[in-house]
Amino acid sequence: MANEVIFHSIHLPESWKLENYLKVGGYDALKKVLAEKMAPDAIIEQVKASVLRGRGGAGFPTGLKWSFMPKNYSGDKYLVCNSDEGEPGTFKDRDIIRLNPHQLIEGMIIGGYTLGAKAGYNYIHGEIWECYERFEAALDEARAAGLLGKNILGSGWDFDIHAHHGYGAYVCGEETALLESIEGKKGQPRFKPPFPASFGLYGKPTTINNTETLASIPYIVKHGGQKFLELGIPNNGGTKIFSVSGHVNNPGNFEIGMGTPFSELLKMAGGVKNGRKLKAVIPGGSSVPVVPGEIMMDLTMDYDSIAKAGSYLGAGSVIVMDDTVCMVKALERLSYFYFEESCGQCTPCREGTGWLYRVIHRIEHGLGKPEDLDLLESVAGNIMGRTICALGDAAAMPVQGMLKHYRNEFEYHIQHKKCMV
Amino acid sequence: MLNIEIDGKQLTVEPGTSIIDAADAAGIYIPRFCYHKKLSVAANCRMCLVQVEKVPKPLPACATLVTDGMKVMTRSEIAIKAQKAVMEFLLINHPLDCPICDQGGECDLQDLAVGYGTGASRYTEEKRVVFNKNIGPLITTDMTRCINCTRCVRFGQEIGGMMEMGQTGRGEHAEITTFVERSINSELSGNIIDLCPVGALTSKPFRYSARAWELTARPSVSPHDGLGANLTVQTRSNQVMRVLPRDNEDINECWLSDKDRFAYEGLNSADRLQHPMIKRDGAWHECSWQEALDFAATQLKRIRDEQGEEQIAALASPHATLEELYLLQKLVRGIGSNNIDHRLRQPDFSADAGLQGAPWLGMSIADLSQLNSVLVVGSTLRADHPLIAMRLRQAAKRGAQLNLINPVDDDLLCPVANKSIVAPDAMVAALDQVRRALAGESADVTAQAIAASLKGGERKAVLLGNLAQHHPRYAELHALAQQIAELAGAQFGFLGEASNSVGAYLAGAVPSDGGMNAAQMLDDPRRAYILLGVEAELDSYNPGKTLAALQAAQLVVSLCAYKGKAPDYAHVLLPVAPFTETSGTFVNTEGRAQSFNAVVKPLGEARPAWKVLRVLGNLMELAGFDYDSSEQVQAEALTGDLSAKLNNRLKASATATAGLSVNGLQRIGEVSAYHADAIVRRAASLQKTAAAAIPGAWMNGETLAKVGATEGMDITVRQGEGHAVLKAMRDDRLPASCVRLAAGHPATTMLGGLMDEIVVERAG
Amino acid sequence: MLSTESLKKIDREIAKYPAGQQQSAVMSALRIAQDEKGWLAPETIEFVAEYLGMAPIAAHEVATFYNMYNLQPVGKYKITVCTNLPCTLMGAESAVEHLKRKLGIGFGETTPDGKFTLKEGECFGSCGDGPVALVNNVRLCAKLTPDEADRILAGLE
Repeated sequence: MANEVIFHSIHLPESWKLENYLKVGGYDALKKVLAEKMAPDAIIEQVKASVLRGRGGAGFPTGLKWSFMPKNYSGDKYLVCNSDEGEPGTFKDRDIIRLNPHQLIEGMIIGGYTLGAKAGYNYIHGEIWECYERFEAALDEARAAGLLGKNILGSGWDFDIHAHHGYGAYVCGEETALLESIEGKKGQPRFKPPFPASFGLYGKPTTINNTETLASIPYIVKHGGQKFLELGIPNNGGTKIFSVSGHVNNPGNFEIGMGTPFSELLKMAGGVKNGRKLKAVIPGGSSVPVVPGEIMMDLTMDYDSIAKAGSYLGAGSVIVMDDTVCMVKALERLSYFYFEESCGQCTPCREGTGWLYRVIHRIEHGLGKPEDLDLLESVAGNIMGRTICALGDAAAMPVQGMLKHYRNEFEYHIQHKKCMV
Repeated sequence: MLNIEIDGKQLTVEPGTSIIDAADAAGIYIPRFCYHKKLSVAANCRMCLVQVEKVPKPLPACATLVTDGMKVMTRSEIAIKAQKAVMEFLLINHPLDCPICDQGGECDLQDLAVGYGTGASRYTEEKRVVFNKNIGPLITTDMTRCINCTRCVRFGQEIGGMMEMGQTGRGEHAEITTFVERSINSELSGNIIDLCPVGALTSKPFRYSARAWELTARPSVSPHDGLGANLTVQTRSNQVMRVLPRDNEDINECWLSDKDRFAYEGLNSADRLQHPMIKRDGAWHECSWQEALDFAATQLKRIRDEQGEEQIAALASPHATLEELYLLQKLVRGIGSNNIDHRLRQPDFSADAGLQGAPWLGMSIADLSQLNSVLVVGSTLRADHPLIAMRLRQAAKRGAQLNLINPVDDDLLCPVANKSIVAPDAMVAALDQVRRALAGESADVTAQAIAASLKGGERKAVLLGNLAQHHPRYAELHALAQQIAELAGAQFGFLGEASNSVGAYLAGAVPSDGGMNAAQMLDDPRRAYILLGVEAELDSYNPGKTLAALQAAQLVVSLCAYKGKAPDYAHVLLPVAPFTETSGTFVNTEGRAQSFNAVVKPLGEARPAWKVLRVLGNLMELAGFDYDSSEQVQAEALTGDLSAKLNNRLKASATATAGLSVNGLQRIGEVSAYHADAIVRRAASLQKTAAAAIPGAWMNGETLAKVGATEGMDITVRQGEGHAVLKAMRDDRLPASCVRLAAGHPATTMLGGLMDEIVVERAG
Repeated sequence: MLSTESLKKIDREIAKYPAGQQQSAVMSALRIAQDEKGWLAPETIEFVAEYLGMAPIAAHEVATFYNMYNLQPVGKYKITVCTNLPCTLMGAESAVEHLKRKLGIGFGETTPDGKFTLKEGECFGSCGDGPVALVNNVRLCAKLTPDEADRILAGLE
């Protein structure tokens, strides 16, 4: 099932070019939609049937999300693609845009059609500038070919897509922060409700989907939702791109069926680097709790399996750590990230992320105190669930996960003022 | 209506109500910092987290709307735990040195920390330090104390109309600041001091001068513009220390303009007149009240007896109280003269014959917020009526159409639907175009758009501002505006210039039965003048002419709080109390009489003017001057139905006569906001603001070129006998052949009429 | 203040958004201004704000919120190295040490000749290629070993 949905053409030279995408059946789904004048509801039914769940990390069913968009709204509506991928461990959207931008564009056009959107915006992480330029070039190709813009494929329907770049703020990956950012403001998340489906970009109904989610749409429309579902397992439809980084011999992206055993994914990534022992895995991006290696080896890569182990599949961003890793140091690095990236809006996150980082930093540098571990748990608990967006939780969960599984390493650090490993 | 329960209390609330509003209405207090009833909901401080049944996480009460059957627990274990956690986070980087903080004793954080904080901090890391910013003469910053609630930022965006404060940086480095430490220029800036829940933004003039608990708070009413903002005046040791807003939804809501807030500094000015003074043999001497009053009475009697009562005239400030104005007119009329007026900046009185009552707003102040369409004629709105401008701005934000016929085109900080920016002299024609459009006659495009806007609205108004009232063709503007309002079915009103512009009419401080108005008294100078709170060279339409008339008089009796330039023309100075030192009444522009008491004792030997006038009446042996209290005066002055005495309509028979048209360059003589009355002129901190700077002579590029000047060049401006050397400034939004040059400022007192012809020459 | 070339680019960005929403282009406009000027001086930010019809402080908020904007002058080449967990696991520390030693500067510093600025970065979303570095916000350098770092420096004139 590898490379079935999104990476099917990446082995071709210049796979990102329109002519090459067309050669592998690109834009067939869009042509079908427009030629058959498919009813939006029929498309949503197929997306629901596919059990495609949001690939940005939350795993919310895409078909259901699309159905929230008001149908008879008279004003403008928008579709926004979230390519602001910047959580440590994530790097799949970059390859999608780099290697197969037209499939994303096709997915966005079909999404725009289905949702009745006036325009689409793709918010691209600022640090992957090459992708921003490639995406803009692909948009130009699509416009020139009549696939985008006015009167798409002679259907009389207008829809355009624009690229908007981030410029170095992780929090803009949060969908309402991203909307604020497109509006030309600081990326500070909005309080919800109202949700974007009723009050989104410029206050208009807006649907926001992840890059991988939207890039999966053409396959679903072309082959039917059922076929997509069958690529994965029940309740976890389709293939998923897993991004493997850290201590592996062959880091990279792997598009495989949902429910594939972790051990198999690890093998695809070349196994643990230098043949060392697997110590721990962060299975879904830096904000999810760490899972010890021996537990991880028994899990399959899907939402349900990882959740049972007390963590999250997230965006499928797998950070592998071998037995040389000091967990205090690892957590120090992660805590610094959330401290640095907190938007500064909510009190618990603005004040708490710095507190967490400073305490962990002290422990790492041999200045820890025995009461620090309880303090860390308490502070993390006081941030958790008390902020507007999930960044507060994202800062707290790694702390809680690390202390749950590796408290002894932290205690050792405090007592001996050095690493256990 | 929804049925909910908060802390076991059953409540019925409207759909769309937030938990915090429902709780507030029910008297259940939920702690908060970022939430403010007048600002958008930010939900960032997280202090108001409460428990809601069936919801696993605590929810912010400010941002969560009630639903039917909702059960809220504000004091449950989950709620208290969340609130205490937030308090701990707020305090970790906040200095715990309340004794040296200027907010100490009136700090929301300090108050709530008592209830939600712990005795000792668990935070042992280094605290954050944020550098202070200099944001101008009115507000002190102590930014390490800031808790980033963003109330000040939201105020600027949502109420003040200009975003001057922002939150830069992010995370722990987020800080509230202006753009590269610029001064705040909003005319409403002081409100962010009230909004700041901690000691980050405090009053600069008040800085470290007193503790909240040392102050006595007394209610009062603002003596400045026509709004009549409700004040709380705080005093210590018989001195006014600070002025704060007193909530009144119908008038100032919870806001104050900077003028209302900071002008109090002028009360304690060194220029206060503290003793009666008399001029003997060309020199000034302090004297007893007895001597001063005897002198005044004797001289007035002499002139009455020797030269006729019509040789006596009185000019009063519209900032004087109703009681003072009433007694002054009673005195003058008792003497037998009808020469009394308070309209010192009005040049055209030809509509007087048609007046049927006191000109007023024509509606309530609160109604302004509900308008769909409004035509404002002749106003520097933000400077003259900051909070009325704010109400119109809020209305415009909600979709109301604001239309303007004005000689200036200042940024009103909101969309303006249609505007006709023309020279003062051309305003009459511009207004007539709108009348024509409404009457179905041919008219220019702008006039048609304004007419359509007025016709389209359901609640609409035509309002005449200060520049219209100070216009040489005021009567024509009045008549035309009235016709426009009638044709459009709109309300018609005046934006009252001063705190007691309406009250002065009601008190009878206007000429009657052939008496002279303010212009006539100066065109045909009198032998004796009584001045009440008037600074002749700053408060009148034509300072040069006014000074000449006073200097030529045999007797000028001045009742004033300040010396000012009065010694140059007066013969006796009677020190009277400003509003904080006397009881009295102002009738604001919506016709609401608001009485107040003295908050401190009169300074030095100053006395309430109503008492001085009472004695003067008695010394003049006039009947009916035996009052025991200002309330008795008020009762006599305000008989019957007040609202029946308010009337903007000119009698049908009255035809407005055309005033003089201007050839050459015409002055646009607005009155500078912080020089509009005697108190604010002496308010030291306001005088340091950009708005109080020495006026420039503003012209558009074309006019500048015509007079051979360039921007920034020194030029000489001349009116009549007077001239001044000022900087030429460029504003291309001004109409051609106009020179915008503010009055009320010492640098322009030697000039002539506010909207008269003016000559510009290159200096040198 | 900005070249016509830059203004043309900004106008192209403005055209992406609905009428009246030109503030949406502020991130691009600041980036374009920075590309031309090297960094965002207050007067540059104010110019951009005025060009887009927004309050200067609102543009300043944006410039200070997103960390790829240079609020101080930087060297000809700004090298931002990601030191987050995946990159650290994959060798970021030795690459950083090497760069610091070779250039003689620490994070946030510029070489005396004004050629290089070294900056610590957060996640670039490219962890599979870690450790990664970014040159002048545009060029992503993958698998940054000390040798690779040398090659990159040698290629920067």
